[in-house]
Amino acid sequence: MSAPAHITASASWRSDFPALHQKVHGRPLVYLDSAASAQQPASVIDAIARYEREDHANVHRGVHTLSHRATEAYEGSRDRIRDFINARSRSEVVLTSGTTESINLVAQSFCRPRLQAGDKIVITHLEHHANIVPWQLVCEQTGAELVVAPINDRGEVELEQMLELIDDRTFLIAVAHVANALGTVCPISRIVEHAGARGIPVLVDGAQGVPHLEVDVQALGCDFYAFSGHKMFGPTGTGVLWGREELLDAMPPWQGGGDMILEVSFDKTTYNELPYKFEAGTPNIAGVVGLGAAIEYLQAIGMQNIADYEHDLHTYMVSELKKVDGIRLFGEARDQASVQSFLLADIHSHDLGTILDHQGVAIRTGHHCAMPVMQRFGISGTARASLAFYNNRDDVDRLTAALGKASEIFA
Amino acid sequence: MSESQTDMQDLYRELILDHSRNPRHFGRLSDATHTADGINPLCGDKLKLYLRVDDRGRIESSSFEGSGCAISVASASLMTVTVTGIGIDQAESYFEEVTQRLTSDRTEVSSDSSYDKLQALDGVRAYPARVKCATLAWHALHSALENKTTPATTE
Repeated sequence: MSAPAHITASASWRSDFPALHQKVHGRPLVYLDSAASAQQPASVIDAIARYEREDHANVHRGVHTLSHRATEAYEGSRDRIRDFINARSRSEVVLTSGTTESINLVAQSFCRPRLQAGDKIVITHLEHHANIVPWQLVCEQTGAELVVAPINDRGEVELEQMLELIDDRTFLIAVAHVANALGTVCPISRIVEHAGARGIPVLVDGAQGVPHLEVDVQALGCDFYAFSGHKMFGPTGTGVLWGREELLDAMPPWQGGGDMILEVSFDKTTYNELPYKFEAGTPNIAGVVGLGAAIEYLQAIGMQNIADYEHDLHTYMVSELKKVDGIRLFGEARDQASVQSFLLADIHSHDLGTILDHQGVAIRTGHHCAMPVMQRFGISGTARASLAFYNNRDDVDRLTAALGKASEIFA
Repeated sequence: MSESQTDMQDLYRELILDHSRNPRHFGRLSDATHTADGINPLCGDKLKLYLRVDDRGRIESSSFEGSGCAISVASASLMTVTVTGIGIDQAESYFEEVTQRLTSDRTEVSSDSSYDKLQALDGVRAYPARVKCATLAWHALHSALENKTTPATTE
């Protein structure tokens, strides 16, 4: 019997990623840190190189040929992003440096001018620091209050309790699509349904959602969706803020500079239309070109195929990890995507990280920029193995074998 | 034995594993004259260092508490063993010696024989990502002796 089609396909996907084909400390690299930053396929690397070699010029400025080509490539990526997340219009796709900037933009431009003392911003205990600190800052600036919805021992949001926290003083809800430290898939549609009925906008931190799930912002029903290029097989320094046009339209610019204006005089400046109003200065053109190529690559495979493949592999990883003596899993949500946090006996996660690295296995260790999650479980950090569609069962077997070595050293 | 295992034993030497499993001088010192917090922002590990220094500038006793990886706990434990009973000037020179040894390419060995035990930390040099784990306690020592009020970090 031949292998299932998606297993065969995975081998060909893997061959598209040059960085995966190397040895680390004498062993073939097993890359299980895609949730921190995913590797890039050759098509992305080539698209960036081609742009830099042949088409580079500033965008939206020149009448010359290269400027035109650069603008076409840059704006072409925006169209691809619009299609990828099914935004209603390209005006809703604001290009940023990453999820962090996207969230800060909403905090400072959407929230800050309107937040009143006593208003609430509701987040969950699962959030990445990038979906905590921008809200803390704007709360300090305005006297608003940050309210945190609890999670249970499996790492799931306590939905009923969260919904009870939402009241007529709630200004905004900000929640991860997929939690980065634990992999929990959050019940966005339930939250959106509840919030929508009360006219409360919802921001979704999609940094870990977009690489693993099919995202349709209209179907999700949220108001803002933020994500990063480098978690989805594109370059660092690129990201997206999608927002409903009527909300973005009513927001003041986030930064001032070139490209975000229609007309400037010392008396008055007229701002550019969406999305350029939020894109001051020369953007990361090459990066955005790469992001477009990454989306093209993902679309060719199909996000549903990716989600299905990763679901199988994640199930396998969890079952294999559970066989390891002394393992403790963190994050056992009923709906979980692509990552697994764990600890082994009383070995500190950094020691695990070093020992695994020495066997060619790259994982993330520490608090994963989610210290409150660690506090919730009374630990300082975890080891986290995160999967992408280029991983396979051999990678998982190498992980568990390497954990065996760690146990030997610390026996 | 595979090569990689040999290398790991260079980092996780017996002395390091021993001190990480059974840290010496672990706990709070109620009559400390100097204290400092050490924070490694990379991993979030924290330790608190206590020193009791007498009128003549000698470190009478020292202790630490907190959590960390094997390297940071062993280094803190070795540090308290090393500095207990010596003058603060000598303790400062140990701080200089250890941080320089771990962060530079310098290979000559200190002629001070009391440094022998600390050579167990030398294996860390081959693991740049872990150097900060090893130096955290020493930065806290330096900070405590200077009576700094902000936590020492390895950054």
